[in-house]
Amino acid sequence: MSIIDSLLNDFFWRALIGGLGVALIAGPLGCFVVWRRLAYFGDTLAHSALLGIALSFLISVPLNVGVIITCVVIALVLVAFSKTRTLATDTLLGILAHSALAIGLVTLSFMPDVRVDLTGLLFGDLLAMSRDDLLWIYGGAAVILVLLVTLWQGLLMSTIHEELARVEGFPVERLRLVLMLMFSLVIAVAMKIVGVLLITALLIIPAASARRLARTPEHMVGLAVVFGFVSVSGGLALSWHLDTPAGPSVVVTAFLAFLVTYSTTARTAA
Amino acid sequence: MTDPLVTLDNVTVRFDDRPAVDRVNLNVHRGDIITIIGPNGAGKTTLIKALLGLQPITGGKVQRASGLVIGYVPQNLQMEATLPLSVKRFMALSGRSRGECLKALARTGIEHLVNASVHHLSGGEKQRLLLARALARKPDLLVLDEPAQGVDINGQAALYELIRELRDELRCGVIMISHDLHLVMAATDKVICLNQHVCCSGFPADISHDPAFIETFGQSVAESVAVYHHHHNHRHNLHGDVVLGQSSPADSHGDSCNHVHH
Repeated sequence: MSIIDSLLNDFFWRALIGGLGVALIAGPLGCFVVWRRLAYFGDTLAHSALLGIALSFLISVPLNVGVIITCVVIALVLVAFSKTRTLATDTLLGILAHSALAIGLVTLSFMPDVRVDLTGLLFGDLLAMSRDDLLWIYGGAAVILVLLVTLWQGLLMSTIHEELARVEGFPVERLRLVLMLMFSLVIAVAMKIVGVLLITALLIIPAASARRLARTPEHMVGLAVVFGFVSVSGGLALSWHLDTPAGPSVVVTAFLAFLVTYSTTARTAA
Repeated sequence: MTDPLVTLDNVTVRFDDRPAVDRVNLNVHRGDIITIIGPNGAGKTTLIKALLGLQPITGGKVQRASGLVIGYVPQNLQMEATLPLSVKRFMALSGRSRGECLKALARTGIEHLVNASVHHLSGGEKQRLLLARALARKPDLLVLDEPAQGVDINGQAALYELIRELRDELRCGVIMISHDLHLVMAATDKVICLNQHVCCSGFPADISHDPAFIETFGQSVAESVAVYHHHHNHRHNLHGDVVLGQSSPADSHGDSCNHVHH
């Protein structure tokens, strides 16, 4: 107990434990972002997290709750709008992403009593990780991992071929909804690590590095988690020794790992 | 006759007030092989998707027998290259046992590809993989959307032959879309010519004379299909010379060519 306690009392260890927890769920979800081509979609959800924060202050609910609810609502709006096909999806995502970010910033400026660390929200504040944050991260990770394991077959099948999955009786629409919910949850907890502007990087870079080496979907998920761990610990070490901002350092490490993987491995056959 | 596997009753699908499928009635029974033909944009794929429940319909009714297991072979298997996937793993996702999956792969002739990546298969191999996957599910109804796509001409005939054999083995119903008029006419029990509405339907031999068929595909196509069914009273040797039974090969083609059209 005393060892754990002393670990949790140290801000560096709290940052590392929290970062590893986020990498654990960013790995599998990042794979889905890559497989389903949702990078820009993830970006939009992440940007709208700032709107969620502003709204949380406005109606005084916990930040994480506000972020999750806002992300889910934005995700549902996106799905509903993309069905009408009046605008191309990337246009729609661009409109929503930046409008949500801008509305969030404007709303925050109307609340002079609220002192928020904007840089921390945008680029992460890993070293300010509290014990409460750790609870959120590991609680969220537990929910996401249980959902992933139970729904794995259906999630994978509907990613490979949606119509085939539907004919075979998988509840494709409901699975999509669960996936959105998980994205919202991971954004709410990952915001602390890398900030709303860099969350997508933490999702897709480890997954992209993993693709080069993986032979099965599960293999790719496992490798993405490992690359996530490397990025978080490397980024923290970089930040500790060179006094660089923690969130961007994590992303830089992830990128370096990606470069090394792509330059040292031949194209895999899978 | 037993109850149909699927019944379409006046099914209509509209896109922006333009009917893509217009009041189509159709029954598929066990043992049937029904082929849907028609020009581009005739609503063939839309009809198939309505039958599968993938496409919401704007009018009419689709009734599937309860507990119906459908094996679906979609038009193409465009898979995200970022998702590493082997043939074996793709088959296993059908939820059937390893043995059943291997048997299905062997039945469609691609058991040697079991460890290959799905991203490295040729068009024909992909079609056979999709067919094997549908097969592993032991379907009551096999639905194929242009199964011979990307398959060379010899492979196409073999593929249609395989579909017929599978129909006999599984005692399932088959409904498919095809563009290969000649092969369809040779390998199908019943043809439905679709152009939003069912413009004609029936046995291959009859349909090629149907005025609606000729109007849809043009005189020359209709004739060429009809020609395909002519009775040969001679064969050609490798040089193209006519061989009449065992008689002299010296006959010139023009004289002895008595094509009988029906």
